[in-house]
Amino acid sequence: MPWLSILVIASMLCMAILAPLLAPHSPIDQTLRDKLLPPFWFEGGTSKYILGTDAFGRDILSRLIYGARVSLIVAGLALTVGGGLGLLIGILAGYRGGIVETILMRLVDAAFTFPAILFALLLAVTMGQGLGTLVIAISLLLWAPFARIIRGEVLALKQRDFVALAKVRGCSEVRIMLTHILPNVLNTFMVLVTLNIGVVIIAEAALSFLGAGIPPPTPTWGLMVSEGRGRIAEAWWVSLIPGLAITALVLSVNLFGDWLRDRLDPRLRQQ
Amino acid sequence: MSNENVLEVRDLVTYFFLRRGVVKAVDGVSFDLKRGEVLGLVGESGCGKSLTALSIMRLLPKGGARTLRGAVRLGGENILTRSPRQMREIRGRRISMILQDPQTSLNPVFSVGEQLREAIFRRTRGSKAEVMREAVEALRRVEIAAPDQRIGQFPHQMSGGMKQRVVGAIAVCGQPEVLIADEPTTALDVTIQLQYLKLLKRLQAETGMAILFITHDFGVVARMCDRVAVMYAGRIVECGPVVQIFEHPSHPYTQALIASVPRMSGTVGGRLATIDGQPPSLLDLPAGCRFAARCAHVQARCRDTYPPTVTVAGEHTADCWRLGAQ
Amino acid sequence: MGGFIARRLLQGLVLLVLVATVVFFLGRLTGNPADLMLPEDATAEDRARLIKALGLDGSLMTQYRAFIGSALKGDLGTSLRMRQPAVDVFLSRLPNTLVLIPWALLLAMLVGIPLGVVAALNRGRFLDRASGTIAVLGIATPSFWLGIVLIFVFSVELGWLPSGRMGGPEHYVLPVITLGTFLTAGFMRLTRSSMLDVLESEYVKLARIKGLSETMVIWKHCLRNALIPVLTLWGVFVGNLITGAIVTETVFAWPGVGRLTYEAVIYRDFPLLQAVIILKAILILTINLVVDILYAYVDPRIRLS
Repeated sequence: MPWLSILVIASMLCMAILAPLLAPHSPIDQTLRDKLLPPFWFEGGTSKYILGTDAFGRDILSRLIYGARVSLIVAGLALTVGGGLGLLIGILAGYRGGIVETILMRLVDAAFTFPAILFALLLAVTMGQGLGTLVIAISLLLWAPFARIIRGEVLALKQRDFVALAKVRGCSEVRIMLTHILPNVLNTFMVLVTLNIGVVIIAEAALSFLGAGIPPPTPTWGLMVSEGRGRIAEAWWVSLIPGLAITALVLSVNLFGDWLRDRLDPRLRQQ
Repeated sequence: MSNENVLEVRDLVTYFFLRRGVVKAVDGVSFDLKRGEVLGLVGESGCGKSLTALSIMRLLPKGGARTLRGAVRLGGENILTRSPRQMREIRGRRISMILQDPQTSLNPVFSVGEQLREAIFRRTRGSKAEVMREAVEALRRVEIAAPDQRIGQFPHQMSGGMKQRVVGAIAVCGQPEVLIADEPTTALDVTIQLQYLKLLKRLQAETGMAILFITHDFGVVARMCDRVAVMYAGRIVECGPVVQIFEHPSHPYTQALIASVPRMSGTVGGRLATIDGQPPSLLDLPAGCRFAARCAHVQARCRDTYPPTVTVAGEHTADCWRLGAQ
Repeated sequence: MGGFIARRLLQGLVLLVLVATVVFFLGRLTGNPADLMLPEDATAEDRARLIKALGLDGSLMTQYRAFIGSALKGDLGTSLRMRQPAVDVFLSRLPNTLVLIPWALLLAMLVGIPLGVVAALNRGRFLDRASGTIAVLGIATPSFWLGIVLIFVFSVELGWLPSGRMGGPEHYVLPVITLGTFLTAGFMRLTRSSMLDVLESEYVKLARIKGLSETMVIWKHCLRNALIPVLTLWGVFVGNLITGAIVTETVFAWPGVGRLTYEAVIYRDFPLLQAVIILKAILILTINLVVDILYAYVDPRIRLS
């Protein structure tokens, strides 16, 4: 059991859910008097701001805690939308076959060839920054890998006897897809979700870093790294700490996801 | 055909050590292979025939397989104790092997000529031209037409039967004393199988090598082998000259196997004979005779104690309690 | 083989048109992009003027036809901020990025492939798990943060290397490492799984049966086959590098097309962003095509069919 990973994930979840209770300060209140204080174990630091403050005097720890909330909300939504879309397209393409499958799979191939981050950036510029834009943008990254793998599963499933039986009983295609195929691919779907959480978190962080994520003053880890960049020489903690959080979370999620996948479905190894 | 043994296998034991238990795949196998003869090793899938061959070659699959004890004497010396380097010297030169599936035996990115050259190069260090000539000659020997054109071709440009001939050419060009053929015709079209068997017989006559012929098909045994050893659940249960075994099968398993080979002379509309039941799990072998659960003549002592090896006649032996009384 | 090339070329063109169309429509999804570019106090006349200047009047189909029409002539709009044709701006910055990418690719291969081979040969043992952990670390570390950390350690604290901008060889070190780290992990994983597959194959068993030395077996028979799947993904890898360059160039103030993309986003320079995306698509598709041709040549099963 990857205990350390589970611990990290659990702590992040706690931070996200219990943010108002855990954060010692408000994440957006500026106290310019207290700006650029180092973490408390350094000279000049104080226990009032455990991890120090940024250029606007905002508490890093509080921003980190609230940032966890943003990361997880965006991840959850993007995985639902993007993953869900991929799931549906995969089922449709795999089950219907024929021209529907060909067109959809060509689209999937195209999506694989062309990096979706660029479309994400375009969306941010044209639709304006915000949660909705960000979720849609990240969903664009997810749907193709999901669709491809789910379709593979469906191709295998539709040969099975219980599908033939359902057809014989006169079930409509939609009904078969929903009640027979869907529950059987959920296992794979969940594993895919776990494997892609890390991707989503880094995508959100990268987009935020590039100024295409959720606009300030909402604290997101990517934005925090970006904000601290200019002051790296005198206040390294502003950039380094949130980045460490991102790395730790994604590392833990990946290790946990690998462990989970090895237990549930070794066929998905090395996609 | 002299009586000298070119290969002697004594009490070979190879187990798989898995998490869920120990799979006793080869559990005390002994046989002799005489110079110039074809010895068949027959048994159903999973009885340990291939693994016996791999144990002799010391090319066990990764993942828990180990040869625990036994001796494999090639020309008197026990090759199981040789260092890896010495073993490599032996492979290809003194013992060679043909694998079952021609589609996967050849490396897809190298030409046939190149793969032959590797094998030839182990025997002679000639110039490039000489080695190429030998390669073309090797292809000719296995009856591949237009060998000088084929030499530069890649495996995917050849049919299954032709690929298997190439595999055969590779196997014999080191001039081995022993050739192990692991189900060489199983993956070939039925129409081609016979041709291939004839080829093997011819090569054997030309080179004088001994062949350990592994198969599950008694019909092939009848055609190819001088002697045959019948294997069941990790052990050899009967062994002897082919004619003897066919005329007087002594072990109940052998009898059932021979009975189940479809014959042209059977009654029309008769049922195909089968053997009821399943072989025992190699993880959990019974103390006594391993065929006891499926044997029509089983007695109480069969389940308790493993039967002794009894001589039926001359070189023909079988492991069965029923024979002791004679 | 010629038919193969022709087909791939056609596929590439179709894809390009698809990308251009998607870019076009995405840009006009939510109302008029002009609105995003206008300052708060713009008057209706200002808006009308901007719309006309950007060619945003007329029906969607008219705009689309005009868009494709000028695109075919090599005109992909004018940058708002730099007031120059977007294509020119892109092309002037492209060499700076192109000079970075091969180094990152080289780094990733020189480190990733041997690590993958070592991991495969030592499956389940310490070396395998150690390289696996390194690989996961490489994937989990966001490259923008990695760049900043590297700048902090090597530039600020140690003063060994410069913190950005183009220049002599010492300016390349940190950006190349930053850009190549993610890819190194990818190469390592891919090589490892590919090697594991090949090590199990029958032809490797036959090579051993022939009595070839273990070195021969691995380096000649295994690696050649194991690298084929790696080669097929080269196109994807280069695509990843081109997008990865956006972040890396931003962090290191490197004047390439990645930084250009960032600037277009930050300054909401829509025409430039639109052009950059399409031009990058052309770049990526071209590279993919070249890779596919290379792959077809290397794998005799395709070359001789």
